[in-house]
Amino acid sequence: MKRLRFILQKEFRQMFRDRTILAMMFMLPLIQLGILPLAMNLDVKHINLAIVDNDHSTYTQKLISKIGASGYFIIVTTAPAYKQALFTLENGTADIILEIPASFERNLIREGSQPLNVTVDAINGIKSGIGAAYLLTVIRDFNQDIRLLNNGQPVIAPAVIDTATSAWFNPYEKFTWYIVPGVLVLLLTLVGGFLSALNIVREKEIGTIEQINVTPVKKWQFILGKLVPFWVVGMIVLTVGLLVARLFYGIIPVGSLFLLYLLAAVYLIALLGFGLLVSTISNNQLQAMFIAFFFIMIFVLMSGLFTSVDSMPAWARTIAAGLPITHFMKAVRMIILKGSSFKDVLPVFIIEGLFAIGLNALAIWNYRKTQ
Amino acid sequence: MDPVINHQLPSPATADAAIECRELSKKFGDFMAVDRISFHVQPGEIFGFLGANGAGKTTAMRMLCGLSYPSSGHATVAGFDVYREQEKIKQHIGYMSQKFSLYDDLTPLENIRFFGGVYGVAERVIKERSRELVQSLGLEKEANKLVGALPLGWKQKLAFAVALFHRPRIVFLDEPTGGVDPVTRRQFWDMIYEAAEKGVTIFVTTHYMDEAEYCDRVTIMVDGKIEALDTPVHLKHRFHCDNMDEVFYRLARTAQRSDA
Repeated sequence: MKRLRFILQKEFRQMFRDRTILAMMFMLPLIQLGILPLAMNLDVKHINLAIVDNDHSTYTQKLISKIGASGYFIIVTTAPAYKQALFTLENGTADIILEIPASFERNLIREGSQPLNVTVDAINGIKSGIGAAYLLTVIRDFNQDIRLLNNGQPVIAPAVIDTATSAWFNPYEKFTWYIVPGVLVLLLTLVGGFLSALNIVREKEIGTIEQINVTPVKKWQFILGKLVPFWVVGMIVLTVGLLVARLFYGIIPVGSLFLLYLLAAVYLIALLGFGLLVSTISNNQLQAMFIAFFFIMIFVLMSGLFTSVDSMPAWARTIAAGLPITHFMKAVRMIILKGSSFKDVLPVFIIEGLFAIGLNALAIWNYRKTQ
Repeated sequence: MDPVINHQLPSPATADAAIECRELSKKFGDFMAVDRISFHVQPGEIFGFLGANGAGKTTAMRMLCGLSYPSSGHATVAGFDVYREQEKIKQHIGYMSQKFSLYDDLTPLENIRFFGGVYGVAERVIKERSRELVQSLGLEKEANKLVGALPLGWKQKLAFAVALFHRPRIVFLDEPTGGVDPVTRRQFWDMIYEAAEKGVTIFVTTHYMDEAEYCDRVTIMVDGKIEALDTPVHLKHRFHCDNMDEVFYRLARTAQRSDA
């Protein structure tokens, strides 16, 4: 235990002497968390719409102004013919074309029905799908309105099921509420994964590891000496990140802060174990960087940061379940947004605990003092 | 360049061997880096290990320090087996590698403190000894500068002092004076003699032949094998040479391997 104290003292000294690490500890959460969530907005807005109005009637005017007033669409052009509108879709100025046929108003009043033509650029699947759905919603609303307006006569309206949706845990359905905790987890993962992966291997490159290996230091002491300082850095990043979430986005964890820190503490140990394992496997920093990058890429894209794990194919869900970050990501959102209690996230504690023990044991085992 | 301190050769019968080596070999694939070497080193002896680049000196030394597993043969260091008791060996030896391997981003005092602590030297003792050490090395002004800023000569002296700090029984020096100026080399050998006087066994590899003259006994390795092992005086006599340079040249010119 006494030896461990000397090791820790040395590791902390070296870390706090490294200005880049010090700066990154604060800049990373401040800037990344301050900017990324705003840029990563997945809400679909600013859909470029081209309208071909062949009718030029009062009804079409009403429909167009209703679409414009919805706030989701930018009417980029009102082309005289479908062919011209199609050209704007081809060159990318428009995402959706709405074509209104010549007899729109007449057919609506006389026959009570009138098909419209909606053409969608489906390269960006999410934008086109959601955009078309918005457009259809606006048109359906418009449809309801004109039925009621029709000569003031009570129209026998077809039965419509009206659904009232209430949003729980994120009442304003703010995208940032979902993405900020995600980016915070991403930052912890990057800091923990990369810093530790590059550290031991750096001593291999410089040659100081040989001087360590020839001492009677225990392998676990050496690994623990590496782990603790990075763990502290991770906790600082978490603290700065939570402050940014609060000050920039008004996100105040509903659940217990203590619980959040406790879970992050266990998660960081698991992740640092991963980084140290990578470091013991690699011979130089370039290799370590490459291996760490390979895994962290998978961590980030399969963990449910951007996409819902539930909608992944079965094989991908299996992989996701095998990653420590997936469970942590879910639990962090649960604690921050839902206010989940210790009992709710207990399984995550167990999973992360097992990862922490397993990965660190592997790192210690794989670190060889005698070749 | 004569040794400053007159060093007395310890009599072979006084104690158990500090290092004992029988048929020790290391094979990398088909390559015999070290080929069945046998020797023993007495406590307090300055044992020189000579050889061209790639002769297998460093590989042999790494096996004795517990950094590398031998492929076959037997060896004990400070009475401990090199296969099973590496960690016990490590407690009793000091090691200074070819490549400078203290921490450049720590000061001399911090380096001393760290390595002392890792070897289990008590806090109080560390403080006392580092004060003495800084004084005897003349490092007072530099004690709080980062090691990276020191000239190579001082770095090497510091590395040697760190290797001796926990009072090991045996110290392994792998080409300790490589790239160092003649004055510093001389000072370095003074330090080696001083340590040997205190009873520390010195195992040193070098390819400076004048340094070989300072050793009690010298081993010349060629292509992984020991070609000669004796005192410098006997070697010169046996090969009818005036100096160790000629002895070495005679033996080493048959070498098949150069840089390995």
